[in-house]
Amino acid sequence: MEDLTSPKQEQENQEPGEAGRPWEEIAASSQDPESGLSEPLEPEQWPETGPQPRSSPAQSPQSRASTPLADLTGPETSSPLSPHQEASFTPTLALARQEHSEKTTNVSPKAGTPRSPLSSDKGESTGPPTCQSEGNAFQQSQQTKHHLYGPEDVSDNNSKQRELRFNIFQEEDSNSNCDVGHAGPGVSEAAPSLLEIAIQSAKAYLQKTSSKSGLNLYDHLSDMLTKVLDERPENAVDIIESISQDVKMAHFRKKLDTLQNENEMLPIYEIAEKQKALFLQGNLEGADQELEDEIADNSLPNVMESAFYFEQAGVGLGTDETYRIFLALKQLTDTHPIQRCRFWGKILGLEMNYFVAEVEFREGEDEEDLEDEDVTQERDDGDSEAEENDEDELPRTFYKTPQAIPKEESRTGANKYVYFVCNEPGGPWVKLPSVTPAQIVTARKIKKFFTGRLETPIVSYPPFPGNESNYLRAQIARISAGTHVSPLGFYQFGEEEGEEEEEVEGRRDSFEENPDFEGIPVIDLVESLSNWVHHVQHILSQGRCNWFNPIQKSEEEEEEEGEEKEEEKGEEPDYMEQEVGPPLLTPISEDLEIQNIPPWTARLSSNLIPQYAIAVLRSNLWPGAYAFSNGKKFENVYIGWGHKYSPDNYTPPALPPVYQEYPSGAEITEMDDPSVEEEQAFEASREAAALPVEEMEDTEEDEDEEDDDD
Amino acid sequence: MDAESLLLSLELASGSGQGLSPDRRASLLTSLTLVKRDYRYDRVLFWGRILGLVADYYIAQGLSEDQLAPRKTLYSLNCMEWSLLPPATEEMVVQTSVVKGRFMGDPSHEYEHTELQKTNEGDKVFEEEVVVQIKEETRLVSVIDQIDKAVAVIPRGALFKTPFGPIHVNRTFEGLSLSEAKKLSSYFHFREPVGLRNKTLLEKADLDPSLDFMDSLEHDIPKGSWSIQAERGNALVVLRSLLWPGLTFFHAPRTKNCGYIYVGTGEKNTDLPFML
Repeated sequence: MEDLTSPKQEQENQEPGEAGRPWEEIAASSQDPESGLSEPLEPEQWPETGPQPRSSPAQSPQSRASTPLADLTGPETSSPLSPHQEASFTPTLALARQEHSEKTTNVSPKAGTPRSPLSSDKGESTGPPTCQSEGNAFQQSQQTKHHLYGPEDVSDNNSKQRELRFNIFQEEDSNSNCDVGHAGPGVSEAAPSLLEIAIQSAKAYLQKTSSKSGLNLYDHLSDMLTKVLDERPENAVDIIESISQDVKMAHFRKKLDTLQNENEMLPIYEIAEKQKALFLQGNLEGADQELEDEIADNSLPNVMESAFYFEQAGVGLGTDETYRIFLALKQLTDTHPIQRCRFWGKILGLEMNYFVAEVEFREGEDEEDLEDEDVTQERDDGDSEAEENDEDELPRTFYKTPQAIPKEESRTGANKYVYFVCNEPGGPWVKLPSVTPAQIVTARKIKKFFTGRLETPIVSYPPFPGNESNYLRAQIARISAGTHVSPLGFYQFGEEEGEEEEEVEGRRDSFEENPDFEGIPVIDLVESLSNWVHHVQHILSQGRCNWFNPIQKSEEEEEEEGEEKEEEKGEEPDYMEQEVGPPLLTPISEDLEIQNIPPWTARLSSNLIPQYAIAVLRSNLWPGAYAFSNGKKFENVYIGWGHKYSPDNYTPPALPPVYQEYPSGAEITEMDDPSVEEEQAFEASREAAALPVEEMEDTEEDEDEEDDDD
Repeated sequence: MDAESLLLSLELASGSGQGLSPDRRASLLTSLTLVKRDYRYDRVLFWGRILGLVADYYIAQGLSEDQLAPRKTLYSLNCMEWSLLPPATEEMVVQTSVVKGRFMGDPSHEYEHTELQKTNEGDKVFEEEVVVQIKEETRLVSVIDQIDKAVAVIPRGALFKTPFGPIHVNRTFEGLSLSEAKKLSSYFHFREPVGLRNKTLLEKADLDPSLDFMDSLEHDIPKGSWSIQAERGNALVVLRSLLWPGLTFFHAPRTKNCGYIYVGTGEKNTDLPFML
């Protein structure tokens, strides 16, 4: 490029002795077209500048002076300018003008030169002059290849330019409007040049780096404008401040992105992985036989169908979620020997939710929790032992812990079904323990939110015997007993033979599907609540479905312990009324109202198209419990917090009265001190009684008295 | 929730179990656009559903340019015909605070409440039993107002305050980040601020006046009256109010989707302290 030629040219420039050189020479040197321009440009030149590189032998200081021209043409937009260079701008501009004018005059003598178009190029190039100065020259010299140009050259240039300056100014007026291209009359040449200078200085200012943030305004504005032009938001001017903030923040975010994202995104990926496993479980079995088995052995309910109907009623969890629940239920049935399974519902919690599945195990494949039973029995034994030990020394308390009512056998009453819960579909299913009557009784007295973790202790009064898993199970039992309904006739009692015997006990436990069920028209289902029946046994206030008489055992104990204890036993009621609840398959029209609010609300799912609508029952007692039926099919579900509705506020039960520690008797009853008259009367009566004895004991008394006196 | 993104919002809020049936959804989509046109609202929100014994109320609200200006509330029984409700006043709230129990579902139903009023006649003071009739419409208005004031939620950054006063939707709001979305302090009450002035200067210094001009949920009493959960493994953040059970607020982090819906019986849960 010009760099190569420049050293030669520089030397050549120096040779003629530039001081006071006539302008013609300058012009002549400028005739050496681009090379003349380019050579002296080199020290001051930007790498990107320089028009066509040409080498020319003729070197003159003027050619150096012409370098500014080329420089002017080159880096118009990217050169940072320092204000102190402005002073040197004017001479270069003036030089440019001079040269330009000189060029034109010189063109004519050298018309033959094919360089005239080049000069015209130069002319154009001078139009928008870029400021160039020795200061830049210094910078440029560092960038360019040859380092021959030291300060000497520059200073030479400087001195020359200063000398030239005077000449320029003197000859300004003589410049004619010899403009080729953009360069106009002297004044007009100055104006764009000044504008250019101003632009450059403004640009330099904008590109100053902020000491605080390391950004510069120029880059920021260009980023912002790029963003606006890319995104083209409406009314961009109104939100420009926010965009500015966002661009700034984006600058800093990049460094931290990789670290933060991983931690936050992990749970999403974990859940997705778990749920992927759900979807893939079906693909493992490819054999036809297994497929047939699966279809024949179907214990899985058609959750999607029920969800569709519930959606008509406005109840549901969303299609995707329901499908995942479906798959999770399938996983449950695959891993456990399950006869029948049903999606019971969803209970909301504070930190996590519970998805509940109602399950009936196959015959004989129960996985009972024997531990619970043992524990309760031990407790009873322990109490009685303690009482016997204390008999001798400490006063025995007469308080007998009310006998723990044993829980119902599995598959009967409240423990008819086994319940599994999970926190998220795809998560592990956990079996809930069987429910005991004590838990149900206490659960009726407290009202607590579920947290979502099964091991959370329940802190309440009266103290709940168990942790959250027990409380959850108790609430599930209550909800099932209260809200599981079916259309009348769907279920019927099993056998009709042993009716009399069963009536004595008052309970009919079993029911089965009625194969002859013909369906009830939907309108009837909505209009009359007597078309719906409970198919879950009502839970008595004892906490069980089947009455357990605690008195029976105590009668046996009486015989064993004899008559001594009869007094103490007298505190217990000798006769407990058998608690009776509504029998199984009672229509729900018999349900009690809650302070004038009907316990159920029945509606058609859609008023617009009644012919295909379904009947929807909503429980007012347990908000969140729904049942639907389209005449033939029905289903129940519960989605809610798991609490009963009461229009009154909850009041915790009052503390029981303080128990009497000991029976009040004559020995310990406090009595007033006797008054004087009473004492005297007592003394008199005593003496009267002692008189007949006195005569016999006179001698003895005398002796005694004498002894006493001594 | 915004009427324009109704379907997506309903899907996101479905975790609470109560939603809308397809015919209601379809009717809402059409009727809310008509409401917007007729009443010239800037934005129409589907507020939710109050379950009554006989019928349900579907509630919508219309907003003007200024997001915090008092909103117009409309109700409908069939999601098609909407009627404007009168704005709530203090008297209404006081009057209806004595009514307990469920909503009937009939706007003209009147609750009867007997009050003992002392009337002075000369020197004697009589206590008369006055039967006050309270219309269900009034009760509806006051309940909606209470719920809005207590538990309407908006994430931080969704609205911004201009120097002139009115509050606008922030169009460059791109959602909360995941870590922010799990903190209660990034959510505000969607109402005029009540407790902002009581903050110390030190706290106020950290606030950005254009974004932090509402009360945050952090300082709600009782503490723990919000249940904040991340469903679908962080892809959706759901806030449920325990004080007014049935209010669900959802937000998908890093997206603009957010909104709240109330589906419930319209009764405050006054047993909350026992239940926590």
